[in-house]
Amino acid sequence: MQLLTEIRVAGFGGQGVILAAAVIGKAAAIYQGGYATMTQAFGPEARGGSSSAQVILSTEPILYPYVAHPDVLVVMSQEAYTRFAPQLKPGGILIAEQELVHIDKMPSGIRVYGVPATRLAEELGRKVVLNIVMVGFFGAVTNLLDPDALRKAVADSVPPAMQKLNLQAFDKGFEYGATLVHTLAEKGEEGHPVSMETES
Amino acid sequence: MHADPKGVLTGVHFLDGDHACCEGTLAAGARFAAGYPITPSTEVVERFASRIPTVGGIFIQMEDELAASIAIQGAVWAGAKAFTVTSGPGFSLMMEHIGLAAMTETPCVFVDVQRGGPSTGLPTLPGQADMMQARWGSHGDYGIIALCPNSPQECFDLTIQAFNLSEEFRVPVMMMMDECVGHMTEKVVIPEPDQIEITPRRYTKLPPEEYRPFEPREDLVPDMARTGEGYRFHITGLTHDERGYPNMSVETQDRLVRRLLAKLNPLANGRSLCETENLEDADVVVVSYGITSRVAQRAIQLARSRGIRAGKFRLITAWPFPAERIRELAGRVKAFVVPELNLGQMVLEVERAAAGQAKVIPVSHAGGTVHNPDTILNAIVEAAR
Repeated sequence: MQLLTEIRVAGFGGQGVILAAAVIGKAAAIYQGGYATMTQAFGPEARGGSSSAQVILSTEPILYPYVAHPDVLVVMSQEAYTRFAPQLKPGGILIAEQELVHIDKMPSGIRVYGVPATRLAEELGRKVVLNIVMVGFFGAVTNLLDPDALRKAVADSVPPAMQKLNLQAFDKGFEYGATLVHTLAEKGEEGHPVSMETES
Repeated sequence: MHADPKGVLTGVHFLDGDHACCEGTLAAGARFAAGYPITPSTEVVERFASRIPTVGGIFIQMEDELAASIAIQGAVWAGAKAFTVTSGPGFSLMMEHIGLAAMTETPCVFVDVQRGGPSTGLPTLPGQADMMQARWGSHGDYGIIALCPNSPQECFDLTIQAFNLSEEFRVPVMMMMDECVGHMTEKVVIPEPDQIEITPRRYTKLPPEEYRPFEPREDLVPDMARTGEGYRFHITGLTHDERGYPNMSVETQDRLVRRLLAKLNPLANGRSLCETENLEDADVVVVSYGITSRVAQRAIQLARSRGIRAGKFRLITAWPFPAERIRELAGRVKAFVVPELNLGQMVLEVERAAAGQAKVIPVSHAGGTVHNPDTILNAIVEAAR
């Protein structure tokens, strides 16, 4: 974990945006001995189908609770991308559900990673776990948190009957991300702006 | 006495402040809550309503805040520990019954998750503008206790303290949260029940024929009687004598009302809860509370990194206000900087206590978000000149 990493997760209501953010926060604060503060939009902006949460991860107690310019932005809808992408910190990471989000121009220096999370979730038989696929993918491409801590946080955040499915979803997203990072590294594009991988 | 294990959700959790506050009420032994839903406080009683059937107790969603704030007092006199939860508009409606709780010395807890005001204001955004209302909102002279948590962990810890203090002093205790702390999710550690100290209600040891319900002990707080054990007592909002009967004499009024304030003196002075840092060499002391104290801490760090001798005085008990400690500091620092999410409330207390011995600089904010740490930093820099 780094001294301070600010993350925003955003998408439609019902996609499990808040749970995805909570899993990331829980992994850091409970299973990795760090600090995490999660806040979420409660105002009129939280209505009408959009949903967004902010998580700050740190090795020290977190004082200022809000995120203005995230280091990592995870988007699961076009609207979330349009609204929040301009706020990304220079050098930041954009993670997108690539079949729901069309990425147009991004400022140079932003690393972009795409994942067909909904499709991967459907392959497991339940579209609803797309948020956990995103968390797995996030874990692999950012390398911010110990994958075991994330896995434990996933298991701890869902009802017992849903644990197996959610852990499969996590692993699926994680493997997809790990493969993508590996492929990009072989192409020598690590650390450079990359376009999305569109073929799994 | 230790906490009843039935109410204690021992473990490490990732909870928001509202839910942590609810766990605090259960750990403290609250087995009755009445409320009327209002953003951003509803989650406290929502969780209580879902948890209480397995713990054993009652939640009633009342018709309004007046009803909620009086139902809890009935429950207290019947033997329960009880609380209600609200936000600004509902807090306004509860004022009459806060006065009744103060006058009848009914130990109970009011949780106010503050949002931007006045009136309907900013339902989903933070404010700290109910601080004076908490102290002075009901008519007449009386004292209350107000606690200001700045994290979900403290929403748990201080809620237990709130119940304990209400039993010790027999006053309504206000948990002055804010939307930011209430809706912020962080790690919350809930200890084992035997690690949680609970102040039991102090019941009289006298036989029914000798018991006088408002006869104070040496600490100026009277003992209560167990309902249903043969003790006959009368509770009234009218000025009453030690027997609890109405008595409109000037002497009785003077004796009663002075005692309602004086019983809180130990908390106002030596026992006030606060968190201090770097006061020894401080030129400028930042006085803050609730969520603002975290942002202020950031500003203090920034000031220190610039070589400014800034110190921290964080109010945990906002009421009774720790006037003596501020007065003592005022004699040796240049200035106090007081950021708060209102246009100047607790800063008036700092001014009163400082009594002209040190500059007092408000950093006001109408609410809706928290301060930018730089704004507080600028005030510190200015004050240190």
